[in-house]
Amino acid sequence: MEDVYKELAQIVGPSYVSNQPEERFIYSRDPGTMEPCEPDFVVLPGTTGEVQKIVLLANRKKIPLVPMGGGLVLSGLSRALKGGIVLDLKRMNRILEVNEKSRYALVEAGTSQGMLQAYLKKNHPTLKHSIPDSPPMATIGGNVLIHGSGHLSHAAGFHSDMLNGLEVVLPTGEVVKIGSCSTSPYWFGRAPLPDLAGLFLGWFGTTGVVTKLAIKLYPNRPYQDVGVFVTEDPDLVPEVFYQATGVQVAEDITAWMTPKPEWAKGFQHININYAADTPEELIWKRNLIRASLKGLISRKVGGFLPLPPPMKKNFLEAPQTTLAQFADVRKGGGFEYVGGIMPIDLFPKAYRVGIEVAARQGTTYSTGARIIGLGHCMMFFFAYPFNRADEADVDRARRALEETNREVLEMGGIPWKAEVPAQKQIIGRMDAGTLNLMDRIRTMLDPKGIMNPGNWEVR
Amino acid sequence: MEFADILHRCFRCGYCKFPNNYQDFNCPSYSKFRFETYSPGGRMWLLRAWLNGEMKSSARLAEILFSCATCGNCVEHCVFPKFKDDILHAFLAAREEMVNQGTVPPAVRDYLKTLQVHGNPYKLPRLEREKWKHGLNLESYSGQEYLFHAGCVGSLDERGIKMARSVAGLLKKLGVSLGTLGIEENCDGNEALALGEKGVFQSLVEKNLQSFQRLGVKKVITLTPHAYHAFKNDYPKDAYPLEVFHYTQILSAQAKKLSALPTPSSFRVTYHDPCYLGRHNKEYQAPRKILKSISGLQLLEMGRAKENAFCCGGGGGNFFTELLGSGAESPARARVREAADTNASVLAVACPNCAKMLDDAVKSENLEEKIVVKEISEIIQGAA
Repeated sequence: MEDVYKELAQIVGPSYVSNQPEERFIYSRDPGTMEPCEPDFVVLPGTTGEVQKIVLLANRKKIPLVPMGGGLVLSGLSRALKGGIVLDLKRMNRILEVNEKSRYALVEAGTSQGMLQAYLKKNHPTLKHSIPDSPPMATIGGNVLIHGSGHLSHAAGFHSDMLNGLEVVLPTGEVVKIGSCSTSPYWFGRAPLPDLAGLFLGWFGTTGVVTKLAIKLYPNRPYQDVGVFVTEDPDLVPEVFYQATGVQVAEDITAWMTPKPEWAKGFQHININYAADTPEELIWKRNLIRASLKGLISRKVGGFLPLPPPMKKNFLEAPQTTLAQFADVRKGGGFEYVGGIMPIDLFPKAYRVGIEVAARQGTTYSTGARIIGLGHCMMFFFAYPFNRADEADVDRARRALEETNREVLEMGGIPWKAEVPAQKQIIGRMDAGTLNLMDRIRTMLDPKGIMNPGNWEVR
Repeated sequence: MEFADILHRCFRCGYCKFPNNYQDFNCPSYSKFRFETYSPGGRMWLLRAWLNGEMKSSARLAEILFSCATCGNCVEHCVFPKFKDDILHAFLAAREEMVNQGTVPPAVRDYLKTLQVHGNPYKLPRLEREKWKHGLNLESYSGQEYLFHAGCVGSLDERGIKMARSVAGLLKKLGVSLGTLGIEENCDGNEALALGEKGVFQSLVEKNLQSFQRLGVKKVITLTPHAYHAFKNDYPKDAYPLEVFHYTQILSAQAKKLSALPTPSSFRVTYHDPCYLGRHNKEYQAPRKILKSISGLQLLEMGRAKENAFCCGGGGGNFFTELLGSGAESPARARVREAADTNASVLAVACPNCAKMLDDAVKSENLEEKIVVKEISEIIQGAA
């Protein structure tokens, strides 16, 4: 292994490679419940050229290679399940281009959500990108590649739908471009070419290392507001979603349900965020949203919550800093969630499953949902906090997650950024032809099986 | 170990790495090294593993812990209100453990040894402590309103001496009643405490308080924010009540007089907040009030200012131990690049440690033609 270390040090410089116990320990785990798996090396490349050389080395030596962004996926996807090299891409964080008129940004894959947000605010204040609810350390690349979603997902879908193009180092070392950038100097989109982006989206780094990507930007409107519609009947929530999405003025629609604080228990809160260029437009949009839910309000089965200013401020913040505080519910620094991607009509069932699983596993919970597209589907999350210092508590959360994954699949949803056990559950239900195709693609792209092995193991 | 009970509560969400607008990494050691281990969250988890026996003491672990600049950015931006205030306390407690176990980095060991043997980190005799004021006609302390404390850097370092002379000279010019201790002055001990050596710190506290008591000192003006912080927050208040001021607080009260002084023609200045004056003591206004009182001066703020300021990398003992290094990714070099980007021609500082760190960084970045580092009183007096 010493020769590998030397070669890695030659590629990235000795300051950016480590085989020390400290880095192997920290990079063996993420903040979720999955068991640690130690890498042999942690490497911080600074350029596509360096990534390419590392991939060629890994290929030559048959060493597993695990790409990592912010490391905040919580489901352990950047653990080195079979040892090898963890490739922390956060030194590759340059913002390379913003095309203001065509509304896209080209960035290196390790660019953090926070840095792009700050850069746009300073240099292109009329534009913004869709921010996920993860902390600002989450990377643009990582979040797009796991089919993340965020504050513009109601308007524009999954973050992978907002992808214009990719630069990828293939497992065999070739650098390829995907989308318009393969043919044109512009990164304006994936059409009209054969769409090869699917070879890398949702694959958890098992088909290559994405080094650059372009994403769509959207108008950053100066006037923003949020309304919180509340109902006590989960069976009504799909109707709320359907009506509120139908008017097509919201940027983001999310739901949240929590047993604590007491005043929130038993209610479904639906946040509807919208923005406008003028105060008049904002009022007009507010009226449209309210009108869409008028039927429910007049039946007295729901209504809008008067929002105290601090709460409103919190709901308008992106990312919401208070969300991470869920990790301290049990004074233990941990939570993990199952994000079930599913049709919105499954909301009532998902809501009840969340409560039942938490009760069965003796843990507390928080649930919620984000609308993707105009209600085409949702990401329903079931979050379980745990005390990292109490192994029994961690185990309770782990069992709750596993049971929830099973329930999500059972009801017709699919777990998002699935942990390895959940990946196995998904594979167990997947169409045989699809599995076979996945296997053929992966074998073709990565004949030596070096890319994040242990994930999406179809065979 | 004290504060061990908060280590597992860190989620490693990473807010602590950023300023509030997320424009760049704001944790000096993470910004420099870029391994997660060198971030506050990485340290929390490693320390927990170390205390649990999952991680052994090592040179690397010691470097990770002692490369923290104690700048307080993590405390400022952590989103967990129930334990954020103790993050730095936990790091300092761990440093104390390592000092007691004898597993500190060699540079830390050497600093502490030198401080204990010589009473200063420069291995210089006590007689050298009064040379900085040569020719200024500053009186020895004998009941004046204020005691002026120059500190080790202000008394013994070339850049620090220049700053101490400028500040004390201006205070005198403005008619502030002050005296100095000269060869009787002792180190304030801030760095010793920050490096986990409580014993040495305690003995310095005793020496200083004995001097203050003997001479009847009631008010102290410090040159360095580090001494200001130590005297104000870490010295036992009930043992000897002391009013402590950083010199910018005294100067800001004289803003009217300052605005009458002749100054160079119009120029652009950006100000670097020292961590121990700013984040640790929330004094953001006094230096700005002074700068704004200077006619012709245009104050341009960096993106990271006040509670979001990026540390020069000299805090927590790193000014002496240099664990944050001097490469292109060092905090000081990143900071002068940021300062130069404002198009200011002067980078104003209010701390001798920052002055030296940033001065060196300007040279390393070949920015001498673009920006010059000046301490606030030097700007007022038009010094180069």
